[in-house]
Amino acid sequence: MTWFRRERKPLTSVPDKHVKTEGLWVKCEGCGRIIWKKELAENQEVCPRCEHHFRMDSRRRLELLLDEGAYHERDKGLRSTDPLEFTDLKPYRERLAKAEQATGMLDAVIAAEGKLGGRPVVVCVMEYGFIGGSMGAVVGEKITRAIERAIERRWPLIIFSCSGGARMMEGAVSLMQMGKIAAALARLDDAGVPFISVMTDPTTGGVTASYAMLGDLNIAEPGALIGFAGPRVIEQTIRQKLPEGFQRSEFLLEHGMLDAVVPRKQMREFLIRALEFCGVGMAAAERAVAQAG
Amino acid sequence: MDRPDPNSSPEPSRDEPLRQEIERLRHEVEQLRRGQTEPAEAAPPENGAEPATVNPAWERVLLARHPQRPTFLDFVRELFADFVELHGDRRFGDDPALLGGFASFQGRQVMLIGQQRGRDVKEKIRCNFGMAKPEGYRKALRLMRLAEKFQRPILTFVDTQGAYPGVDAEERGQAEAIALNLREMARLGVPVIATVTGEGGSGGALGIAVGNRVLMLENAMYSVISPEGCASIMWRDADRKQEAAMALRLTAPELLGYELVDEIVPEPAGGAHLDAAAAARLLGEALQRNLASFESLSPGELRAQRYERFRRLGPFFTEA
Repeated sequence: MTWFRRERKPLTSVPDKHVKTEGLWVKCEGCGRIIWKKELAENQEVCPRCEHHFRMDSRRRLELLLDEGAYHERDKGLRSTDPLEFTDLKPYRERLAKAEQATGMLDAVIAAEGKLGGRPVVVCVMEYGFIGGSMGAVVGEKITRAIERAIERRWPLIIFSCSGGARMMEGAVSLMQMGKIAAALARLDDAGVPFISVMTDPTTGGVTASYAMLGDLNIAEPGALIGFAGPRVIEQTIRQKLPEGFQRSEFLLEHGMLDAVVPRKQMREFLIRALEFCGVGMAAAERAVAQAG
Repeated sequence: MDRPDPNSSPEPSRDEPLRQEIERLRHEVEQLRRGQTEPAEAAPPENGAEPATVNPAWERVLLARHPQRPTFLDFVRELFADFVELHGDRRFGDDPALLGGFASFQGRQVMLIGQQRGRDVKEKIRCNFGMAKPEGYRKALRLMRLAEKFQRPILTFVDTQGAYPGVDAEERGQAEAIALNLREMARLGVPVIATVTGEGGSGGALGIAVGNRVLMLENAMYSVISPEGCASIMWRDADRKQEAAMALRLTAPELLGYELVDEIVPEPAGGAHLDAAAAARLLGEALQRNLASFESLSPGELRAQRYERFRRLGPFFTEA
């Protein structure tokens, strides 16, 4: 007989306390805080508490970056023809159609022209929402054309990468885009036109191993995953868990692979400052003429 | 006791399987005499495990990875008189997975660059199964610039599953090393002939394959990802590798069809692994012919030709 008896409260399962917020709130992946989406949007998709940088829509990025949020889009109508007629669990064509519907874009990059701090620039922004921002023939061609325009006009080139790498569904065709873009960048370099590569979360595979790492300046947003092989592939190779922070922007900065890690809210000012150093486009040419004369 | 004695003849029932085994091994040794390998390694490991029906693309994958397929150093031995290996990237170290050096080729001085996959287990481990690290790509670039300085053509030999996906490689900038090679190879002022001899695995392969001409051995493969990797991502099942191999269009005839490679180098009947000398002869003939076609071009013309070659790759889009 016990003198005291513990009252047994039966464990009742708490019913789902699901309140329908209709997507008004989002949980921060960095600090776990629940953030009002509108507040997040006003803060450039950066967590107000922990500065975690959320992935950002490509159009939004262009609007925030360029003067008056104005830009002119080029090569908008390029669309993949599915050269391999690739089908895995789903036909590639279906994936393309779905991505088009979701993003309102025909492929994973916007090639644009606009002004940054009063100077004309060529800007490419990759869209992760379009098949993981993967690079196929269309991305390769649009970026190559953008580079060629930058050479022709002597406008600085800025590429915001956000991509899982080459697009598997276009096989070796997408692999060769790496060579094509790198060759065009050699010409840009010969021409002395500046190229700033901005890596955002994530930038991996064939995109990192071609243009993303070939900037005159290679910079990144904080906390972005940047690497050649994806973390899962590495874990399978070495059969070990990877340490926290491996392949993040700060890790690359520490290992000498980046010029700077630039928070999103300072990105515009940083780019304007960097282009001032580079002496941009026509302004530089005119200065040279003036000095000669 | 169990050891067979060739002079005694015990009961034929016990002896017969042994005799057959010896005969089989002798035959294998005969086939392997060029490829200093233990006979135990002779059969491709997949032999037993593979299902009876092998699709044609997967068959090529098995041939491209065949353990007896001639490696970079086999081709070097067969084709070049006096190879002098050069080591190191002058930054970090020397990568045994990606080799380079000068040699003479039918009276010409040439620079050779290639991935060494390795033959026996010991060599495979030493050269990291042909998976190069950043120092390998940086060494390759250093040697290619050396060749450019002295106006010597460059021959590269691609045979890798891919660049090494490991912690140290990432720390030292694997992506940057490959990216830089792509850009700098594009503007070399000397002829570059790249040949995919075995497995052309993704960026790690392309990192030494930005050539004025890209040749591919008949049974080689060239792909953006391994069939296994593709199957595990797209099918969520690595066992669907045969389907993935088909879907990726990674065989030489298919890639020629897409105009991603310029020429297919024939192999001896049954594949290069059956006769390395003959395979090398056929490759040598193609290299000689292609080198000759670039002899009269100036550095500027070579750069322009290479640029145009890569610029037109993959016109698979419509334009609204």
